[in-house]
Amino acid sequence: MSEKTENKSPLLNPKWANLLGRFLALIIVFAFFALLVDGGKFYTLRNLENILRQSCVYATAGLGMTMVIIGAGIDLSAGSLIALSVVVVATVLNKNILGADGQPHPFTELHPALAPMVAVIAGTLAATLAGLANGMMIVGLRLMPFIVTLGTMGMIRGLAKGIGHERDIYPPNETWINNLMDPTLSSLHRPWWILPIGVWILIGGVLVASFLLRYTRLGRHIFAVGSNEETARLCGVSVGRTKLFIYTACGFFCGVAGLMQFSYIGGIGQPTTAVMYELFVIAAVIIGGASFTGGEGSILGTIIGALTITILYTGGQQMGWPKWVQEMVIGGIIIAAVAIDRWRHRKAV
Amino acid sequence: MTNSPRLEMRGVRRSFGATKALRGVELSVAPGEVMALVGENGAGKSTLMKILSGAIPPDEGQMFLDGAAYVPGNPLHARKSGVAMIYQELALAPHLSVMENILLGIEPSRGPLMNWPEMKRRAAAALAEVGLADIAPETQVRRLAIAQQQLVEIARAVALDCRVLVLDEPTSSLTAKDIEKLFALIRRLKAKNISIVYISHFLEEVRAVCDRFTVLRDGETVGSGVTTETPNEKIIALMVGRNVDELYPRSARIPGEVILEVKDLSGITKPKSASLQLRRGEVLGISGLVGAGRTELMRAIFGLNRVTNGEIRVGTFDGVASPAKRWSQRVGLVSEDRKTEGLALGLSIADNMTLARLEGLGPLGLVMPARQRAACKPWIEKIPIKCQGPEQRISGLSGGNQQKVAIARLLHADVDVLLLDEPTRGIDVGSKAQIYQLIDALAARGKAVLMISSYIPELLGVCDRIAVMSRGKLGEARKRSEWDERQLLSAAIGQEE
Repeated sequence: MSEKTENKSPLLNPKWANLLGRFLALIIVFAFFALLVDGGKFYTLRNLENILRQSCVYATAGLGMTMVIIGAGIDLSAGSLIALSVVVVATVLNKNILGADGQPHPFTELHPALAPMVAVIAGTLAATLAGLANGMMIVGLRLMPFIVTLGTMGMIRGLAKGIGHERDIYPPNETWINNLMDPTLSSLHRPWWILPIGVWILIGGVLVASFLLRYTRLGRHIFAVGSNEETARLCGVSVGRTKLFIYTACGFFCGVAGLMQFSYIGGIGQPTTAVMYELFVIAAVIIGGASFTGGEGSILGTIIGALTITILYTGGQQMGWPKWVQEMVIGGIIIAAVAIDRWRHRKAV
Repeated sequence: MTNSPRLEMRGVRRSFGATKALRGVELSVAPGEVMALVGENGAGKSTLMKILSGAIPPDEGQMFLDGAAYVPGNPLHARKSGVAMIYQELALAPHLSVMENILLGIEPSRGPLMNWPEMKRRAAAALAEVGLADIAPETQVRRLAIAQQQLVEIARAVALDCRVLVLDEPTSSLTAKDIEKLFALIRRLKAKNISIVYISHFLEEVRAVCDRFTVLRDGETVGSGVTTETPNEKIIALMVGRNVDELYPRSARIPGEVILEVKDLSGITKPKSASLQLRRGEVLGISGLVGAGRTELMRAIFGLNRVTNGEIRVGTFDGVASPAKRWSQRVGLVSEDRKTEGLALGLSIADNMTLARLEGLGPLGLVMPARQRAACKPWIEKIPIKCQGPEQRISGLSGGNQQKVAIARLLHADVDVLLLDEPTRGIDVGSKAQIYQLIDALAARGKAVLMISSYIPELLGVCDRIAVMSRGKLGEARKRSEWDERQLLSAAIGQEE
């Protein structure tokens, strides 16, 4: 009997069939708007690239969230983590330091190469450390992830506002960070890197995260802890360390998503940016096939989920739907996706 | 006995896809009769219960309740018809009060408002009937002991004026004293002309409380009779469909060096004091009552419970250690609780089997899924585990095959010491036989097995030596030839002879 499963074509493998199903749903949603939006505007290269750029932030943050949800956790502070990264990046770029003449000069002018590097590292690191703090509270205080991250959602947002003195930060000079999400396909002079840099970063993240989940012991441990924590403990898995890792990784990927968000909103350090993003990110992961009870989920699924959400969002906008309709539709889709999953699971067992 | 049966099932069949769970069940229970329904797990008892409770309809066959056709559309309908079920896993709302649980779904009300005084009165009456008069109806259910919770469930059935009460393995988590209380209650209910279907595989209990028995095997009624007129051997032969002595193979085992040694071990509450020596090539059994501290002893050895005093030595390693350390010292544990602790039900066979040793499944410490699958195949074939392949989810396997995966995890990790906590609890007799064979083969190959079981014939059949745990204290291990069932039992309840 075991021979048969081995020889099955990959498309019949339930995991791939499942992903394929989600991909088809994505195509259907896309086709729906492609047909209904006037004059083929929906499938112009420009619009396609826009969808890609918009989904980048959700998808990148979704990489860490996928790990968290596979591990039977949740991170409600994702949106705040993104904002923290945005504000820290802007703050570093906005710094004045003393020059050789003893006068303060913008950091970006004195060290045009160093400044954006420091900004990127500081922004990512800030979010990563905040993620680590989430993990430490969840593991150390043995609290529910929902409660801890509900709390830190406010705390981290507050921290971002504090760092930005409750105002938007406008760094004096543009650096390459501003151009992370610039259009390439639809720009006049197409650069050699073809896709926006942010998309490449996402692709790199996808490869790393998929590899980690699939081929490393840590990855298998995340699945085990999410599926049954007691079993994992029995099998000698360090449950605490595994949890610590997933929340830290979620912080890291939210930090990277923050760099993209900074570029996407035009290089402004806006402490109030990315509000409610945690919901979009979680929705992307769930639409992508992860289960809140843990032990299930995939990176590719999350990417498909992020694209689906973005298409619904931009499609709704271009159809001229009022914002309230868009919000209701997206909410409905999330419930429908989970309901279909439940139904599929019941059928399978 | 009256001549018209209270409950009758005729030719009941039910399939799930290609699996024929029930292939012809005949059951007839007279009013005020206690009918034992015996059979190994997998015989179809749970499907039968689901059909009786209205959770699923039968494919074929008829059911009658006091002569009228009984076709329950759903569980509520079944309850209202007077057929109540007490499942092994209790179905109570732990945060609600006792009275709310007893009258759940049939709450007395004044219009939309709850009629609390009436509720309290009726709940108290039902509690008194089941011998729980000293429990206040307002008590939160989760504050009660398991035995009391079970009685609350029975009180719920009584409050509904049930005609047929189905009890599924009701003693599985009770102490000897509570079992006696339960039996007394069953006799009282019987006197009130309630018919009882008593599901169990413990023949001692059947003998103690049941008038007649019906044996179910592979979804079919294979025999029935009057309990007092039928010897145990005949019932067992009906249950397993083969002779009992073939069940426990025994190869030549040569005891080697001591590989696990425990001295005066105690944990936070249990065990109080335990010492043992386990040699290679030997199976040491631990007998005793549920709650005596056997599981706690095993968990303490394995580093899952805290040790407050005493010594543990594994091979050349001294002292306590975490589960991860124990695995690396080639000690593995199979949990008594397959579903909540032993296995990750949502993950595949391959993931479960290799979880304790993911090393060596790929270059650079990576885990290659193909290598994981390949590592599982030999065990799937050898034990054998009935499945669609290493990728199949655990939740899709039968209990027996799930348990075999849990044990195969130890084989994959290539342990020298196997700690098996109730390795055959709740699994079908075919799988049991395979597990006995496996344990024997492992011991013959020089592995050391420490095994807890509540089923005494199994311990006598499988082990070389047996020690009894009673109230947290582990007695001296003696050769199995020096024990018999009665001695093991009296040692378990603390009456040394």
